[in-house]
Amino acid sequence: MLLQVVDLHVYYDSIHALQGVSMDVDRGEVVTLIGANGAGKSTTLRAISRLIPTRSGRILLDGQDLLGMPAHAVAEHGISHVPEGRRVFPQMTVRENLLLGAYTRFQKARVDRALETVYGHFPVLRERRGQLAGTLSGGEQQMLAMGRGLMSEPRILLLDEPSMGLAPILVEQIYQIIREISREGATILLVEQNAHMALSVAQRGYVLETGRIVLAGRAKDLAANQAVQEAYLGGAAGS
Amino acid sequence: MEQLLSQIINGVQVGTIYALIALGYTMVYGIVKLINFAHGDLIMVGSYVAYLSIVHYQVPFPAAFLLAMLVCGSLGVLMDRIAYKPLRARPRLYALITAMGVSLFLEHGARNLPFIGPSFRRFPDVFPTQNYVLTGSVTVTNIQLFNVAVAVALMALLQYVIKYTRVGMAMRAASQDPDAARLMGINVDRVIATTFAIGGMLAGAAGVLLAVAYPRLSPYMGIVPGLKAFVAAVFGGIGSIPGAMVGGLIMGVVETLATAVYSQVAEGVFFVILIAVLLFRPAGLLGQPTVEKA
Ligand SMILES: Nc1ncnc2c1ncn2[C@@H]1O[C@H](COP(=O)(O)OP(=O)(O)OP(=O)(O)O)[C@@H](O)[C@H]1O
Ligand SMILES: [Mg+2]
Repeated sequence: MLLQVVDLHVYYDSIHALQGVSMDVDRGEVVTLIGANGAGKSTTLRAISRLIPTRSGRILLDGQDLLGMPAHAVAEHGISHVPEGRRVFPQMTVRENLLLGAYTRFQKARVDRALETVYGHFPVLRERRGQLAGTLSGGEQQMLAMGRGLMSEPRILLLDEPSMGLAPILVEQIYQIIREISREGATILLVEQNAHMALSVAQRGYVLETGRIVLAGRAKDLAANQAVQEAYLGGAAGS
Repeated sequence: MEQLLSQIINGVQVGTIYALIALGYTMVYGIVKLINFAHGDLIMVGSYVAYLSIVHYQVPFPAAFLLAMLVCGSLGVLMDRIAYKPLRARPRLYALITAMGVSLFLEHGARNLPFIGPSFRRFPDVFPTQNYVLTGSVTVTNIQLFNVAVAVALMALLQYVIKYTRVGMAMRAASQDPDAARLMGINVDRVIATTFAIGGMLAGAAGVLLAVAYPRLSPYMGIVPGLKAFVAAVFGGIGSIPGAMVGGLIMGVVETLATAVYSQVAEGVFFVILIAVLLFRPAGLLGQPTVEKA
């Protein structure tokens, strides 16, 4: 397993936000974590990238424990977290944002190659490379956030609701790119409320409910599951 | 007219010094949202470091200048490490009050050191004053030229570092979104220390330049220029680097002109302009309007 999360407990003051979450992601897999508002999806990702402290549990990347590391060291070890709400650096240009994505990479040739790859996936970012990120549209900002996340050529990409607030056509476009990078061998942990889209690209999935994993399995099986359909797919089988 | 020109030259000299100081306020604020009230006292430390090394150890002026920058840069980092860093997760008011304490500590600490002492010290003449006639009665001194040249060179260097180097990119990223910066692999604590170091170095440089222009040193000499530079930083837009430069310059020129016209109200004039600007642009001249986060 590339990433293993074992019995993770997280508190916000007295709120017990994660109550023993366990999950894993294998190399080359797309795994999705779905759940309603406030289930703890973002909290799980923030705990993995060490932005927030954990009460107990273990997080292993290739067997190495991440718990003792500060967030910047986790990033250096190859975990790339594309946070909820994009969080691009608004006063910096598109190109500067992308270069910051490769902050931990020192070989210029590699950074240039990664930049070309990202521009290949997101041609609009090349067109807008000199524009301030804060002036991009929501969809462009999402592409920038994902491109920035890919710049370090990470071992695993954590995506937090890439479809949030986007028009259906843009959601389709974003998911097309997720499929593309997955085909190229990327490992992805995808957090979504949009369960239908997420289950269509993932091989496996976990369902999170108020801080607990209540279901896990193959994406196909989850999509067919009665309870999942009722809770997350609007009651009807995905079209 | 010639009178006016002379005053402007004078104002530019003071203004570039204010700008150097204002940069420290604004950079630190930009990244930790703290008004470091002890920043002004680094000016005093810088001028005494240069004074002591020149007068007591016969250190050549350029070396004394660099030493002052180095000491103040280190002191800036130390200040943060000891006084502010432990309070980072607390409400901002804690660090603000602590900063006032650090300021008093430095002022009274300096006052009680026998080789600094409570009495005024005279900064040595580092080079004999020369006057160059521009037109008619308008002259500029070599000291003014030197001060402006050094201040402008330092600001250009800073601008380059911020804009084009890895460290500068990390500083900008961390000030715009610290958590996102961490996700990029940026060690934000180290970036903060670097910011205090740079701010301290600039304040140290400003202290020496100030001592060259106005060679009267006292343990409290940093208070007034520090306060004016702080106001200049707010005027320019706290958090904005170009804002600090422009704010400092305008502050210097306005103050000098106002003093020439009617010295009794000079200090007030700038504040009137400040209030006017803040009424129409609450974020300052070049500041980014932001929503305060809790
Ligand atoms: N900074 C915080 N302080 C206190 N409580 C928080 C904080 N962040 C999240 N929580 C709480 O923790 C729980 C999980 O939140 P989290 O953001 O992980 O949910 P989520 O599954 O990502 O939801 P969404 O789909 O709305 O993004 C919620 O009850 C939320 O209110
Ligand atoms: Mg969330």
